[in-house]
Amino acid sequence: GVGGTGHPHTSSRGVGNWGWGLCCNRADGCVAVLMVARWQSTSCSHPRPSHHPASSSVLQDIRNTVGNIPMEWYQDFPHIGYDLEGKRIYKPIRNKDELDKFLEKMENPDYWRTVQDKMTGADIKLTDEQVDLVHRLQKGQFGDVHFNPYEPAIDFFTHEVMIHPVTNRPADKRSFIPSLIEKEKVSKLVHAIKMGWIKPRKPKEDTPTYYDLWAHEDPNSILGRHKMHVPAPKMKLPGHEESYNPPPEYLLSEEEKLAWEQQEPAEWRLNFVPQQYRCLRAVPAYPRFIHERFERCLDLYLCPRQRKMRVNVDPEDLIPKLPKPRDLQPFPTTQALVYRGHSSLVRCLSVSPSGQWLASGSDDGTVRFWEVCTARCMKTLPVGGVVKSVAWNPNPTVCLVAVCALKQVTWHGKGDYFATVVADNSNMQVLIHQTSKRWSQNPFRKSKGLVQCVLFHPIRPYFFVATQRYVRVYNLLKQELTKKLMANCKWVSSMAIHPAGDNVICGSYDSKLAWFDLDLSTRPYQLLRHHRKALRSVAFHKHYPLFASGSDDGTVIVCHGMVYNDLLQNPLLVPVKVLKGHALTLDLGVLDVIFHPTQPWVFSSGADGTVRLYT
Amino acid sequence: MGGLEKKKYQRGSATNYITRNKARKKLQLSLPDFRRLCILKGIYPHEPKHKKKVNKGSTAARTFYLLKDIKFLLHEPIVNKFREYKIFVRKLRKAYGKSEWGTAERLKDNKPTYKLDHIVKERYPTFVDALRDLDDALSMCFLFSTFPRTGKCHVQTIQLCRRLAVEFLNYVIASRSLRKVFLSIKGIYYQAEVLGQPITWITPYAFAHDHPTDVDYRVMATFTEFYTTLLGFVNFRLYHSLNLHYPPKIDGQAEVELKPAEGKEYAMDSESYLEKLSALSASLARVVAPTQEDDVEMDEFPVEGETAEQMDARRKEQEALEKHKKLFEGLRFFLNREVPREPLAFIIRCFGGQVSWDKSLCIGATYDVSDPSITHQIVDRPQVEQQVVGRYYLQPQWVFDSVNAKLCLPVADYFPGVLLPPHLSPFVTEQEGDYIPPEKLKLLAMQRGEDPGEESEEEEEEEEEEDDNDKDEEEEEEDESEKEEEIKLKKMEEQKTQSNKVQCMAVGLRLEDKQRLEQEQQSEEKRLAIMMMKKREKYLYKKIMFGKKRKIREANKLAAKRKAHDTAMKEEKKKTKKARRA
Repeated sequence: GVGGTGHPHTSSRGVGNWGWGLCCNRADGCVAVLMVARWQSTSCSHPRPSHHPASSSVLQDIRNTVGNIPMEWYQDFPHIGYDLEGKRIYKPIRNKDELDKFLEKMENPDYWRTVQDKMTGADIKLTDEQVDLVHRLQKGQFGDVHFNPYEPAIDFFTHEVMIHPVTNRPADKRSFIPSLIEKEKVSKLVHAIKMGWIKPRKPKEDTPTYYDLWAHEDPNSILGRHKMHVPAPKMKLPGHEESYNPPPEYLLSEEEKLAWEQQEPAEWRLNFVPQQYRCLRAVPAYPRFIHERFERCLDLYLCPRQRKMRVNVDPEDLIPKLPKPRDLQPFPTTQALVYRGHSSLVRCLSVSPSGQWLASGSDDGTVRFWEVCTARCMKTLPVGGVVKSVAWNPNPTVCLVAVCALKQVTWHGKGDYFATVVADNSNMQVLIHQTSKRWSQNPFRKSKGLVQCVLFHPIRPYFFVATQRYVRVYNLLKQELTKKLMANCKWVSSMAIHPAGDNVICGSYDSKLAWFDLDLSTRPYQLLRHHRKALRSVAFHKHYPLFASGSDDGTVIVCHGMVYNDLLQNPLLVPVKVLKGHALTLDLGVLDVIFHPTQPWVFSSGADGTVRLYT
Repeated sequence: MGGLEKKKYQRGSATNYITRNKARKKLQLSLPDFRRLCILKGIYPHEPKHKKKVNKGSTAARTFYLLKDIKFLLHEPIVNKFREYKIFVRKLRKAYGKSEWGTAERLKDNKPTYKLDHIVKERYPTFVDALRDLDDALSMCFLFSTFPRTGKCHVQTIQLCRRLAVEFLNYVIASRSLRKVFLSIKGIYYQAEVLGQPITWITPYAFAHDHPTDVDYRVMATFTEFYTTLLGFVNFRLYHSLNLHYPPKIDGQAEVELKPAEGKEYAMDSESYLEKLSALSASLARVVAPTQEDDVEMDEFPVEGETAEQMDARRKEQEALEKHKKLFEGLRFFLNREVPREPLAFIIRCFGGQVSWDKSLCIGATYDVSDPSITHQIVDRPQVEQQVVGRYYLQPQWVFDSVNAKLCLPVADYFPGVLLPPHLSPFVTEQEGDYIPPEKLKLLAMQRGEDPGEESEEEEEEEEEEDDNDKDEEEEEEDESEKEEEIKLKKMEEQKTQSNKVQCMAVGLRLEDKQRLEQEQQSEEKRLAIMMMKKREKYLYKKIMFGKKRKIREANKLAAKRKAHDTAMKEEKKKTKKARRA
C-alpha cells in the first residue's frame, strides 16, 4: 500500500487539514479501501456540531481521540477508541456474513462509494467531491482542482549586476587583510620548490618521435656487443600441411588424429591438426594465435640460447677407407664342412700340427677325433667328465693330445712343457708341467686373482697369465713380472698371441676385442667392438695375417691383422668376413675357434653340438 | 708448495655466468622490472657448455645469464627510469589517499617517461640488422592492431600498432616488395623482400579474439613497446629510401577521389586519415615528384669471379622478378563484400593491380560493381546471381596461388563453387628425396613453360563423362594415359634435378644376377667398414642414417596416402558414372 500522509494545503473554501491513507491492492488493480481520517470534518459530509448545537444529541460527535495509531491495537477489544468525553466508542455490531455482503453489494447502488471508517468502524458514503478527489489522486493529479502547478517562476537572483547589493552588510575586515592561512600554504609551496620537492612542469619535448636513427651507422659494429651473442632463430616457416586447403595426403587419418591427441604436447611434430576447408569464407579464427605469439615472446627472453654446431657431413665420408677384403685374400669365406656327432655343446677344439686331424671335447663327456678333409669321426673317446680343454702337442714328431677337465691346458711351442689352469682362487691355479721329466711346478707364490687363461710366448721364455682385467707377462727365466697389460674390459675370456710374438689379442665377455701391441704400450692399440655379445674365444693364424673371434651371437668374425716388420708402422686391422652358421642354443653361440695350421681355414665349435669348417 | 691456493669455481666458465637471482640482486630490480629490462635490451639466458661446472658442482636447473650482459645492464639509463616510475606511482598513490587532487594532477604532469631510441640503435647497429629482426615485430604489431580497443592493453598502443602496420603495408605496396603469400589455418603469412632481406609476418584472420587467460599480457605489451619503436624507425627510414613523406601523405589527386561524394564526413578528421590510409587504395605522395629519369636502367657491373653463366642466370632472375612485380598490372579487380578486403587489396595493389570494393564496405572504393572495365571479381560464394559478361568470377585463392606461382594461373579451377585445387605453401623448397605433391610438380612444369597437357586431358574426360555411351575400356585407357602423364611429369622432374641414377632398361637375367652379387658384396664391404668406425663417428653416422631413413619413410607414407586417395576418388567417380548410366 502507498500512503501519502499529511499533505497540507489550504483552500479558499476552508476545507480543513486532511490526512489520508490510500490503500490499494495492486493485485486486483483497483482501490480496495480508502481510509479518510479527518482531523476536521468537512462541512458537507458531516455538519459540524458547533453549527448545529440543537441537533448535537441526535448526531453525536463520535470523533475518536486515540490519534494516529495502528487500529489493529484495538482488534481484540469491543471498543475502538474514546470520544471527546472519554467514553468508549464501541464497534458497531457487525454480523454481516458473506451473503449479506453480497446482497448489499447487489442492492445498494452506493455500495461502491461506501468505505469503512477505521477510526469509528462506521460505514461512510463518500460524496461526489470526495470521489472526484480520489479519482484525481489516482491519476496523479493534485488534490486541489484549482491548484496551478505551472505558475510563472519569479527569479530572485539574476545574472545581471544590480545597483543595489542583495544584503546591506558591510564587508568584513578579513576581506581587506592578507590571509594568514594562505600565506602559510604559499610559504610551504615555496619551501617545497626551493628544496626541490616540487618540480616545475616539464616543458613538452618537441623532438620528433621517429627520425633517421641509422643516419650515421657504423658498418663495422658488432651485433650484440660480444662474440657470445646468439641471434634468435627465426620462426619455422609453414609447410603444406598448414594450408587451409592442403593436398589430401597431408590430412591426418583417424588413427593418426587419435595418436596425435594422445601424445604429449611436447612430443608433437606439428602443433596443430591439419584441416581442410572448402573455401576461404569457411576458415575460422585460429584459437591459439595469441598463445603462439606469447610463446614466441617467452622463447625470446626466457629460453637459454646455445650455439650448436650442426655437423654437415656426408655420412659416406665418415666410413673409414679400408683396403677391400677382396685384396686381402685368402681368408675363409664359406662354410665347407660340418662335423656332427657330439650330443652336447662342444667346448674346445684342437688341430694336429700336420693339419690332418681335429680333436674336439664336449660336454657329453667324450673327445672325438675327426679327419679334417672328410668330416669323419675316427675315434670317440669317452673321458667320463666335461671336457673343458683339449690341446694337441705342437711337436709334429710326437702325437700327443692333452685333454683336461679343469679349465685350460696349453702347450709350449716346443711341445715339452704344458700349463694347466684350475678354477679355484688359490696360488695353485696355474701349474707348469714338463712331460719329459714328468714333474710339475707351481710358478706363483701368491694368487693374483681368478686366472682366465694362460699362454706361452711362441719364441721367447715369456708366460702370459690373463686374470679378469689384466694380462700379466712373466719372464720365466728371470722369474719376474715384465709387463701388465690393461685390457680395458670387465672380464677377459680368452687370449691369443701373434706367431711373431709382439701382438696379443684378448677377447672379453663384454663383447670387446682388445689388440695389444707389446712394443707400443700396455694399453690396447685398438679396441674392436664387432660382436654384439660376449666373446668366447679368439685365435691367430700361424702363417696368414688372420685372426678370428667367436662370440655368443653365433658368428665368427675373421679379421685381417697385418703386422709389419717396420716398427714405425702400426698393425693394420681390417674385418674381412662375418661367418654365420652356428645356431644359438641356451643363449650360447660359438664356443671355440681355431685356425688350420697351414690352410686359411677356420674351425668353430658351437653350442649346437657341431663343429664347422669355413674355407 | 707456495703460491696461492687455487680454489674451485673461481676461474674459468664459472665466473662468466651469473644466475638470474644473483643478477637481479646485482641490479637491485624487482623481478617484473628485470624482466622488462631483459625484454627491452634483448638480454637472454645462455646455456653454458659445461653446466655443472658453471653451477658450481650442482646439477639443479638454473638459468644463467652472461656476466658481461648483466654488467652492461648496470649502466643502462632506463634502470633509473624504472626506479623513478616506482617512486612516482608511490607518490601518486599517497596523493590519492590523502585526496590531494592538486598534487595528484601535478604529479601526473611530471610522469616519468622513457625513450627506447638508444636501445634500438644499440641492438641494431645497422639498418640491415634491424630488418633481419623485423619478423616478430611485424607479427606482434599486426596482432595488437586487431585487439579490441578496450581491456587488454592501452588504447594508444593498439592505435600506434595499427598505424605502424598500415604504414608498413603502404610501404610494401609502394616498393612492390611482396614476394609470397600463404593462407594457413593460423592466419595469413606474407613474405616481403626489403633490401634483400626476406621479412615474413603473419596476420590473424579478422575475427574477435577469444582472449586466453593463461597469457601474460604485460610481457606481450613490453615486447610491443619495443617493437613499435623499432618499427617506427624502420618505417621512417624505408619511406625516406623511397622518397616518400613520413608520416605518409596520400597523393593529392587520390585524396580528391577519396572524398566521400555526399559531402558528409566519414569519420572524424583525425581518424579518417588513418582509415583512408588503411584502405590501401591510394598511392602515397612523394617528396620529389617522380620523373622519367628515375627509371634509368641500372648499369651492370660484373662481379669479380663470376662466370658468364652465373651472370646470365642472375640477369634472368632479375627479369623474372620484374615480371613478377607486374603480375596484376592492367587488371581491375572488384572484391565482393564476403572476401577479406584488406589482405586481398594489399596483395593486388602490391602486384600492380587496381582494386575496388563496395562503397558501403569501406572508405576508398574507387569504382563500382557495374564498372564494365572490371576484369576479375573476387567472389567467395557457391554461386553468383547476375553475372556480368566480360569478367571472371574467381575465388580468392586464385590471387594467392597466382602470386606464389609468379604467373596468372588458368582461371578454370577457381570459378565460384568449384572444388578448389590444394593451396600449397610457397615457403617449402623440396630437396631431392623429399616428397613433392603432384600439384607442385604440375606447377613447376607450368613455370618452366611446359604445358603438361593435363588440362585438355581432363576436359576431355569431363566431356566423355558426359557422354553416356563411352566404354569401360576407354576409361581404362584414360586412366593409363593419366598415369603416363604423371610418370612423364615425374620423369621431367627427375631430369631437371639431374638425378644421376643409372637406369638400365633392358637387363638380362644373368647381368642382373651379377649386379646383385656385386651389390651384395659392396654392401657387405660397407658393413665391415662400419664395424671399424670409431665410437663417436659410428654414433654420428647412425644418427644421420636414422634421420635419412625417417625422411624417406615419411615421404613414402605421404606418397602412399596420396595414391590411396587418388584411387578412392577414381573409384567414386566411376561409381557415380555408372549410377548415372543406370
